Amino acid sequence: MKVPLNWLNDYVDINVSPKEFADALTLSGSKVEGIEVQGEEISKVVVGKILSVEKHPDADKLQVTKVDIGSEIIQIVTGARNISVGDYIPVALHGSTLPGGKKITKGKLRGVESHGMMCSIAELELTKDDYPEAAEDGIFILDSDLPLGKDIKEVLGLNEKIVEFEITSNRPDCLSMVGIARETAVTFKTPLKKPEIKVKEEGDEASQYASVEIKDSDLCPRYAARIVKDVKIGPSPKWMKDRLKAAGVRPINNIVDITNYVMLELGQPMHAFDLENLQGKKIIVRRANDGEVIKTLDDQERKLDSSMLVIADAEKPVAVAGVMGGANSEVSETTKTILFESANFFGHSVRMTAKKLGMRTEASGRFEKGLDIENVVTAINRAVQLVEELGAGTVCKGVIDCYPIKNQPMNVNFRPEKINALLGTSIEAGEMVEIFKALELEVDEAGSSVKVPSFRPDIEREADLAEEVARFFGYNNIESTLLSGKSSTLGKKSFKQKVEDIVKNTMISCGMSETYTYSFTSPKVFDKINLPADSELRKAVVISNPLGEDYSIMRTTTIPDMLEVISRNYNRRIEEARLFEMSYIYIPESLPVDKLPTEKQVLTMGMYGNADFYDLKGVVEQLFQTLGISSYEFLPEKECLAFHPGRTAKILFNGQKVGMIGEIHPEVAENFEGPERTYVGVIEIEPLVSNANMTAKYRPLPKFPAVSRDIAMLVKDEVMVKQIEDIIKQRSSKILEEVKLFDVYKGKQVPEGMKSVAYSIAFRAEDRTLTDEEVNKVMEKILTGLKDNLGAQLRE
Amino acid sequence: MKEQLNSIKDQAEKELSGITSIQELENIRVKYLGKKGELTSVLRGMGALSAEERPIIGQLANEVRSFLEEKLEAAKNELVSKERTARLEKEVIDVTIPGKVKALGKKHPLSIVLDEIKDVFIGMGYEIAEGPEVELDYYNFEALNIPKNHPARDVQDTFYINENMVLRTQTSPVQVRVMEQKKPPIKIICPGRVYRSDAVDATHSPVFHQVEGLVVDKGVTMGDLIGTLQVFAKSLFGENTKIRLRPHHFPFTEPSAEVDVSCWTCGGNGCRVCKGEGWIEILGAGMVHPKVLENCGIDPEVYSGFAFGLGVERTAMGRFNIDDLRLLYENDIRFLKQF
Repeated sequence: MKVPLNWLNDYVDINVSPKEFADALTLSGSKVEGIEVQGEEISKVVVGKILSVEKHPDADKLQVTKVDIGSEIIQIVTGARNISVGDYIPVALHGSTLPGGKKITKGKLRGVESHGMMCSIAELELTKDDYPEAAEDGIFILDSDLPLGKDIKEVLGLNEKIVEFEITSNRPDCLSMVGIARETAVTFKTPLKKPEIKVKEEGDEASQYASVEIKDSDLCPRYAARIVKDVKIGPSPKWMKDRLKAAGVRPINNIVDITNYVMLELGQPMHAFDLENLQGKKIIVRRANDGEVIKTLDDQERKLDSSMLVIADAEKPVAVAGVMGGANSEVSETTKTILFESANFFGHSVRMTAKKLGMRTEASGRFEKGLDIENVVTAINRAVQLVEELGAGTVCKGVIDCYPIKNQPMNVNFRPEKINALLGTSIEAGEMVEIFKALELEVDEAGSSVKVPSFRPDIEREADLAEEVARFFGYNNIESTLLSGKSSTLGKKSFKQKVEDIVKNTMISCGMSETYTYSFTSPKVFDKINLPADSELRKAVVISNPLGEDYSIMRTTTIPDMLEVISRNYNRRIEEARLFEMSYIYIPESLPVDKLPTEKQVLTMGMYGNADFYDLKGVVEQLFQTLGISSYEFLPEKECLAFHPGRTAKILFNGQKVGMIGEIHPEVAENFEGPERTYVGVIEIEPLVSNANMTAKYRPLPKFPAVSRDIAMLVKDEVMVKQIEDIIKQRSSKILEEVKLFDVYKGKQVPEGMKSVAYSIAFRAEDRTLTDEEVNKVMEKILTGLKDNLGAQLRE
Repeated sequence: MKEQLNSIKDQAEKELSGITSIQELENIRVKYLGKKGELTSVLRGMGALSAEERPIIGQLANEVRSFLEEKLEAAKNELVSKERTARLEKEVIDVTIPGKVKALGKKHPLSIVLDEIKDVFIGMGYEIAEGPEVELDYYNFEALNIPKNHPARDVQDTFYINENMVLRTQTSPVQVRVMEQKKPPIKIICPGRVYRSDAVDATHSPVFHQVEGLVVDKGVTMGDLIGTLQVFAKSLFGENTKIRLRPHHFPFTEPSAEVDVSCWTCGGNGCRVCKGEGWIEILGAGMVHPKVLENCGIDPEVYSGFAFGLGVERTAMGRFNIDDLRLLYENDIRFLKQF
């Protein structure tokens, strides 16, 4: 909302600088977005008179002029053609500035001194709209007899200061000069001077000319019309055009300008119909028929449906209610009689109609917020008053006011102590009443109830009154306190939240950096990770209005996102990266979704460059150790087609799969244009939380020495070390302390299809020094077990 | 014999002064004090001495022996120390060669900011509440006093799954869920991921993060809200940070405010970062709307509360001077490693 301060000054005295004004209004709730000072960038541009024009001695296209600028006569070289001796023109002097940061200095043009520049309208940031007679691409010829040397800004009236407000959606009353003036008046505790509205009504009875009928009063609770005859269409006076332009509205003609002026001044959108074009001289407010068509003022054919409200004459729609008028009833040069409309439309309906038709207009933007029903007649009277003042026509007697169900004013309970209790203040009841009065809220005699004016439907209950009090008392004058003396609460993280922290910190300590990726993705990623066509993971929650296919489903797996991040880094020539993310996947119970999906938290890890399977596995094992999880297994996983069938493991807790890690399948790596050797792991967080055990208990340090034995054996390639370790553990009873794999070897001296595996095994008893015999016996059992079960051959 | 002993003493002392190695030292020890050493030989000859001479010579011999032993010990110490010095000199290393580090990973800047915020509020007695991202329309809108026809629900802002289900546009639905389940006093923050249908650019992302806070109890005032936000702003942006509240409109709070903090770059004088304003908007806040309390079964005549919310991305960008929001979701390791 652009508010020219000179206009606002009509309704309230502003005795502070624009900056102070803006700050004060911002802090009382009307947020200022910016202050524009017209002509701010123009300096040292004055009125000059051309005394002589001569040809440039060395350039055909240039002329040398002598210009009188009042204090002296200067020489200016110009390329312009539209000047002649005696013309008054704007002169940018040496050291002057023009819009766009342009600076003018004296200099020589083809050897002839020039002490300034004559300006065109464009150079002063004016348009043909402002000065239709001015040359498009020549010097701006001013009216004669202006005082020479006078500042051009004064001459052109470029002295307006315009404050732009951001008005919140609950305050459509502030989308008007009077509304902002009211806020200003309360903020600065000065009186509000509303425009005085008086209509002479020199014509005959309006009701003779037209009638109004509201058929759908649920969407239009009030419709008022007035008739103006003997209309003289023409341009508006300069003061009105200047105000409209300053407020950001393009002047058109006196009638249209009046409707816009009233809308800006009072906040009520209006419309003017050419009465000649209204069949039956009737206004009927009704729902459109399905399929009905109207050509709107912007020359577009609009197809209507029965959810939309239209203004119709006896035959056809002539306007989309609250959105835009129809071309068929537009005011034109030849219009003789006008029907002015000022109505109240149901906001939601206007909003939906505008949205369906894809034409949000100034009017619809206002109506959709809900406008003041009591403003309807005030506004129409103001409009015809302006018609009379501008001599644009003869106003007929009477308002045709269709207002079937009168609006009942709202009363709100007012307990000053309750307001103080909510705000934490001790404001006198009298002070609150003063604020209410200034806001035109009526307090009853008992001081316990407030009648809310019709332009403030946002005030519905006591809390809303508290806000009004707080706004003008000053939010920042409320004493800040802490929640003391109230029930205390214990602030802490839940066990789950603590585990999440540990997971993150462990990842970081293992060299993994944290990533954040979007939770929605493209359904195409399923193919990219070789997901089978019948995979459950393809059943995803679909967004009905996505930003595009790439963001159209909620992810059911995080692997593609990790691969994309890795690929991005790899393609930026980054040699290695280790990454992790804690995020959610979204698993619907059934499709189409009727229940909230399960949101499963997962840890996703990825690494490439200088990394192998065991680097990733080490990170995972480190995590389990930190969380005190000891009963886990890594088993070969050959089924997942996103991964290398021979280099992938599933992770089990007590037989339950909780995740997997492995090398990405080369085909998948290629699909993502990532590095060939990429390692990715995914683990669900919930099992980590339920299996975490971080309650450490002290065990006495050993009192007796350990005995350690090394063994090396040959086993078949396919034997996994886990099988060997299981046997060692099984067979060595309680005295086993540690099994440490220290070598796996294939090659020379090891037959094809076999590998050599070497362990260091430590034994210890808590209560005695172990004897060789005892240990030998256990070793014997272990070796037999390995031989019998795995066909292991002991290497000497 | 006396002369002999004195000469041994002189001789040995002289030899010791010239030695350069432990071996030479050992040779001298053997030569004089060994079983067949010179001093030993002299002592052996003591038997031939008279009873008067014997104690005198004996004493002298012992003196010589102690003297030699002391000298030998001193010479040895000196040698050892010399040799150690020599070794240390040889073992000089280049201390400017980089140390052996196991590279650590880095926490994402959004997590850094989130964790700091959590810490501040846990310290003030808040718990951390969580809720679903795919959320029922009721919790995201209706319960928060945003009825079906409210402009804030326009399709262009909200991602819909179906008529009754959305991607939450704020973390406020978590507040509603908590209020439904728990009786006051309630003191929670709800950090989390939220969604708005904004195209991606330097300042917008369809996915972003919020932290909202909620306190409901008897006698909670707007002054308490302001005090809480002051503590929070100081903890997050520094002790000298000031806050400023501007009246605003949110459907779920009344009174409502937008909250500015004094610019973290210029401290409030006006600079490029705050666009000359001296203030940067970071929070929305207000007293919980009585309708919202009623919707959750809490009597607004008995209880009152405040709520506030801030965008994590915005805060992180300000905090770390990040000028493009997209960097936060690109995950270039060279970016991630900077925090």
